Amino acid sequence: MLAKRIIPCLDIKNGKTVKGVNFINFRDAGDPVELGCVYSEQGADELVYLDITASHEGRKTFTELVKRVAATISIPFTVGGGIYELQDVDRLLNAGADKVSVNSAAIKNPHLIEEIAMHYGTQVCVVAVDANIENGQWRCYLNGGRIPTDKELFAWTKEAENRGAGEILFTSMTHDGVKAGYANEALAMLSDNLNIPVIASGGAGCMEHFLDVFAIGKADAALAASVFHFGEIRIPELKRYLSEKGIAVRET
Amino acid sequence: MTVTIIKYNAGNIYSVEYALKRLGVEALITSDKETILASDKVIFPGVGEAGTTMQHLKATGLDRLIVDLKQPVLGICLGMQLLCRASEEGNANCLNIFDVEVKRFIPHKHEDKIPHMGWNNIWKFQSALFTGLTLGDYVYFVHSYYVPLNDYTIAEADYILPFSAAIQKNNFYATQFHPEKSGKVGERILQNFINL
Repeated sequence: MLAKRIIPCLDIKNGKTVKGVNFINFRDAGDPVELGCVYSEQGADELVYLDITASHEGRKTFTELVKRVAATISIPFTVGGGIYELQDVDRLLNAGADKVSVNSAAIKNPHLIEEIAMHYGTQVCVVAVDANIENGQWRCYLNGGRIPTDKELFAWTKEAENRGAGEILFTSMTHDGVKAGYANEALAMLSDNLNIPVIASGGAGCMEHFLDVFAIGKADAALAASVFHFGEIRIPELKRYLSEKGIAVRET
Repeated sequence: MTVTIIKYNAGNIYSVEYALKRLGVEALITSDKETILASDKVIFPGVGEAGTTMQHLKATGLDRLIVDLKQPVLGICLGMQLLCRASEEGNANCLNIFDVEVKRFIPHKHEDKIPHMGWNNIWKFQSALFTGLTLGDYVYFVHSYYVPLNDYTIAEADYILPFSAAIQKNNFYATQFHPEKSGKVGERILQNFINL
């Protein structure tokens, strides 16, 4: 049976791991490759590396990091941040990334999704969406949650799917960093609305939240950062717990 | 021991090289026919679209080279599908080592998302490729098209329906999943291929 995936996310600034709390106030959480290795050994199903450095220099550092990750780690990984055009995708895939995640660039230029899908296949193209609930509507944001757009979550993700997205990575800004659980209601609606896998992000605080995001939120994968980085939840225990609760997971 | 990885217009062939390097095997990524012919083991990887990739293989003459190989060959993912007779993807005529047609997954219910992406179990092993594995071990799949069960099936997986996770005929081995991305289980499979 296809296993539900557990995905630790590593935010990278100048080659080091950081974790945002509600998208601001970073705390240091260690060396990205070493951390990735530990997660892989513990049974993480995939990894996500997000480059939050905006500078050209930072981007070069990140590409070097992607090469080191690919050389070291034997599970799939997605990279995101700083992807504006096909050339960026090419650079990161050639460095050894399995998938790329596009966010703001896809909203600004939706055609980018088609270009990625056409050149590298839909399975490579993860469309990430940051959205916040406002007056009962899920509004999509640009630039790591800083700039509101007129895009609505369900309409935009459906458009992304039609254009060739292989997966949707949905971060609820409302839930992110709060550790009170994922946006399960919206996630279940997304999952019903789409025919591609949905990765849930934002809100994990305890093991029950992962159970809920799979059982209630119908997510195909759950992404989290700080609960893993600071050892609040260990992946082998999480997987054992989920397995006991009847969720199909890969236990190693 | 020399191992070559066939270089063509497919993405992500570096991950196979990296995986072999972790096993202490230095592989050569090349499209040079002499080098491929002279190597002990050949890996035919692939992520991409069947129709376009077949056109590229024909244009470069790699199609004829591959079918004539006598050493152990391992096709991975699209590499496996291209070793079959034909694919519904781009209505492509393929290399016809395996007389089977590659089909597109058709969902039975909403939860049957396509591509089949993620970790799934494999079992019914019938090859030395799976020495040391446990029935039901998880490996990593990413594909929208599949090889139906057939006389050459050496491992099965189940997504929407049971299908070929791996096939073998003479010196040709192929896996639908990505051993290079399947953690320790995948490393063991690659090691077993190297040991053949």
